[in-house]
Amino acid sequence: MQYTFSDEQEEFRLIVRRFMDDKSPTTEVRELMATDQGYDKTVWKQLSQELGLPGIHIPEAYGGQGFGFIELCIVMEEMGRALLCAPFFSATALAATAIMSAGTEEQKLTLLPDIASGDTLAALAYNESSGHWDPASTALTATPTDDGYVLNGAKSFVVDGHVADLLIAVARTPGTSGVYGLSLFSLPGNSGGVKRRLLQSLDPTRKLAQIEFDNAPATLLGESDAGGTTLPHILDLAAVALASESVGGAQKMLESSIEYAQLRMQFGRLIGSFQAIKHKCADMFLEVELAKSAAYYAAAAAAEQAPDFPAAASLAKACASDTYMKAAQECIQIHGGIGFTWENDTHLYFKRAKSSEVFLGDPNYHRDQLVLRWEN
Amino acid sequence: MTDTNTSAGGQAASEQEIRNEVRTWLEQNWDPNLSLLEWRKKLIDSGWGVPAWPKEWHGRGLTIGLGDAVDDELRKMGAVSVAKTGVRMLAAATILEHGTDMHKEKFLYQLLTGEDTWCQLFSEPGSGSDLAGLTTRADFDGENWILNGQKVWTTSAHHAKYGMVLARSNWDVPKHQGMTYFLIDMDQPGVEVRPLRQMNGHASFNEIFFTDAKIAPEFMVSKEGNGWKVAMTTLAHERRLADGIRSWGRGDKGTGRVYDEQKAEIATVMEPYKWYPQRAGRVDLLIERAKATGKYDDPTVRQAIAKVLIMAKAAEWTGRRVKAAHALGRQPGPEGSLGKLAGSQVARLAAQAHTLIAGADAMLTSEDGAMDGLISEILVSVPAESIAGGTDEIQRNIISERGLGMPKEPRTDVDRPFRDVPRNTVG
Ligand SMILES: Cc1cc2nc3c(=O)[nH]c(=O)nc-3n(C[C@H](O)[C@H](O)[C@H](O)COP(=O)(O)OP(=O)(O)OC[C@H]3O[C@@H](n4cnc5c(N)ncnc54)[C@H](O)[C@@H]3O)c2cc1C
Ligand SMILES: Cc1cc2nc3c(=O)[nH]c(=O)nc-3n(C[C@H](O)[C@H](O)[C@H](O)COP(=O)(O)OP(=O)(O)OC[C@H]3O[C@@H](n4cnc5c(N)ncnc54)[C@H](O)[C@@H]3O)c2cc1C
Repeated sequence: MQYTFSDEQEEFRLIVRRFMDDKSPTTEVRELMATDQGYDKTVWKQLSQELGLPGIHIPEAYGGQGFGFIELCIVMEEMGRALLCAPFFSATALAATAIMSAGTEEQKLTLLPDIASGDTLAALAYNESSGHWDPASTALTATPTDDGYVLNGAKSFVVDGHVADLLIAVARTPGTSGVYGLSLFSLPGNSGGVKRRLLQSLDPTRKLAQIEFDNAPATLLGESDAGGTTLPHILDLAAVALASESVGGAQKMLESSIEYAQLRMQFGRLIGSFQAIKHKCADMFLEVELAKSAAYYAAAAAAEQAPDFPAAASLAKACASDTYMKAAQECIQIHGGIGFTWENDTHLYFKRAKSSEVFLGDPNYHRDQLVLRWEN
Repeated sequence: MTDTNTSAGGQAASEQEIRNEVRTWLEQNWDPNLSLLEWRKKLIDSGWGVPAWPKEWHGRGLTIGLGDAVDDELRKMGAVSVAKTGVRMLAAATILEHGTDMHKEKFLYQLLTGEDTWCQLFSEPGSGSDLAGLTTRADFDGENWILNGQKVWTTSAHHAKYGMVLARSNWDVPKHQGMTYFLIDMDQPGVEVRPLRQMNGHASFNEIFFTDAKIAPEFMVSKEGNGWKVAMTTLAHERRLADGIRSWGRGDKGTGRVYDEQKAEIATVMEPYKWYPQRAGRVDLLIERAKATGKYDDPTVRQAIAKVLIMAKAAEWTGRRVKAAHALGRQPGPEGSLGKLAGSQVARLAAQAHTLIAGADAMLTSEDGAMDGLISEILVSVPAESIAGGTDEIQRNIISERGLGMPKEPRTDVDRPFRDVPRNTVG
């Protein structure tokens, strides 16, 4: 098992970090989060053409960079640290991963190259308004027609669903229940019968859409009824990608806390010299390092297809979600009154932490999954 | 599973070579019918007993990561290792780093065979966390150092042949500059050892009274007044070792003379450590116990177990991450100092989960308690974890100040001769 990064991977991280520092200062984040589109097309183009990030874990045969899941997670971590506003998580980490896991060879050849080049924005329409993360809760139906399928129902919490060119939707054959009869489908975002609405999200840096399907024509992705077996793995990979992003944000919160504690004087001393603050920072540091280890282990377990990957994925998601939330909370606390203002950047991270806490399953859900999946 | 990075091909290959080499050696030499002493001598002489030690002193100069791989091979073979749990390894690390050749010659071999047992005489009634505030005095009478004072919480002192002792040799300089470090022979009239009973009923630590105890000058470690620096080596290793205590006091499984004698060793000189695995929380028992009691079906119990597993696994992986980075020749970062703090949180969470699983049985102990009292032993041993070897609060101070570079608190005890520093009247 790979427990630390290779020199090449560390080098790659630095390149990504430099790009993020340059393109995603919080002034930029604040501008983009106020727009409906939610990202900057020029930066997306640079990120695609100069760094090839959208194709990072897509094999070269499908137009990608041919790196692995570990590299994808490095990108997620650095983006989380910089709070980058861009459709990377939706298109690459979620949708492309789904296509890679579920699609036929021909579909991979058709769909992936444009995602890898950054030209196509894809989104994974999985969750519904029930908010359950269990595939069995899927209600969207797919009814066979002469030349494909039509989808009926609605999806919600679709990350970047409002701007996606391509939708990958999870639906069930009418009359089925549980994990049976689930399949993945692809359809253009602007198809007839598709109605999209941008939701008002607590975290304005991550756009969420509701999508209604009214006899929307769609193409089966991969095999029919295979969703019950492909989805858990797709969701586990997504959870690890999100955990990596959270770890990046949590690290930023720790650094910001320490930095402020070394600037702010009260009672004639730096507040960082008060043990109450120092011990908070030591605990944050411990938790952030543990969450990193969990996310790194899960990413390596995914890359090496280790048998404990499902348990490790749930472990990493629960750990990173809790850690990010706690770090953001403590960072506000250490900033005192200023931390509660709109002008201070901490709340941007706090809100990302909050949405990441519940997206793809909250810590309670994943803790339970962890124990049930544990094989010793 | 290996510790090294898969992409660092050279390193991974040499680990495999080392593993092959040990295995071949073990196949030819491991014999459970030898006496424990005979076997350990053989193992030490081969250099496979402590492969991460220097070549001149019983080792092979391998990295810690490769040393672990060697241990792993011994475990797979069921071979008993050299004596390397307990306080002895703190003594060994300190002697290797600061000792003279005479110290290394005299002490290291018998320490590894298990013939000599050691204790760490640091804490005193008046100074625990504030180790540099100690008041045991060492005065040179022209021939020997003469020791007077009291130590406390000294683990294993009732079995120990030697002790590492820190004492004050100069009262007219600031506290950190007036201490000297010695290796003391415990078997002498000036040393009195009285066992202390702990809240878990065991008596693994002691109080020690020195009344004109003698130490020949050649058993001073480093220089007079340099004791603090030497003590820091001991303590750094103690923090690191904290991770391994869950296996202290547990023997290997097998039949043969070597195993029988190891059992006898565990029942005697290793006896103080027999509750140490329980002190670390026995995370290994949680799922098994939950299933056996039917509590596995209770989602709140699963939540409690998951919290332990998350902490414990993430801490284990952090340790491996640190080692893997070290193996690649990278500078150690402050994350290396987190293991002890993580360990005490794991222990507390584990005790909580064990309580939920035991239910009403958590009120009982000994033969009436769950697993013949093993579970209650966990519950009443875990509190030691956040105190022994430096309290959690002290760990947080160290992590925030040295690891994160945060400002020190203003102090009033370091800017004046120790003589003038306010201190406890006890001791
Ligand atoms: C919603 C809200 C409403 C408010 N309304 C009012 C109001 O109506 N009138 C008014 O006058 N003020 C008001 N305040 C200000 C509030 O009283 C201060 O924010 C608060 O006292 C903290 O001071 P500070 O922001 O300067 O933070 P600081 O004092 O700079 O504290 C920063 C951090 O250091 C810690 N810290 C500081 N000193 C110590 C110490 N000695 N030991 C340990 N830790 C320490 C703090 O706990 C905090 O975590 C309000 C604040 C908020 C958030
Ligand atoms: C099972 C066990 C085995 C042990 N074995 C040995 C041994 O073999 N050899 C040996 O020398 N010692 C041994 N000890 C002693 C141990 O190292 C001390 O108990 C420990 O360092 C704490 O010292 P103290 O007990 O004097 O507590 P104190 O230092 O008096 O601490 C009391 C409380 O005050 C807190 N505190 C103290 N200073 C600060 C500070 N600056 N900031 C914040 N909080 C602070 C502490 O965290 C603690 O909560 C052992 C202890 C135990 C429990």
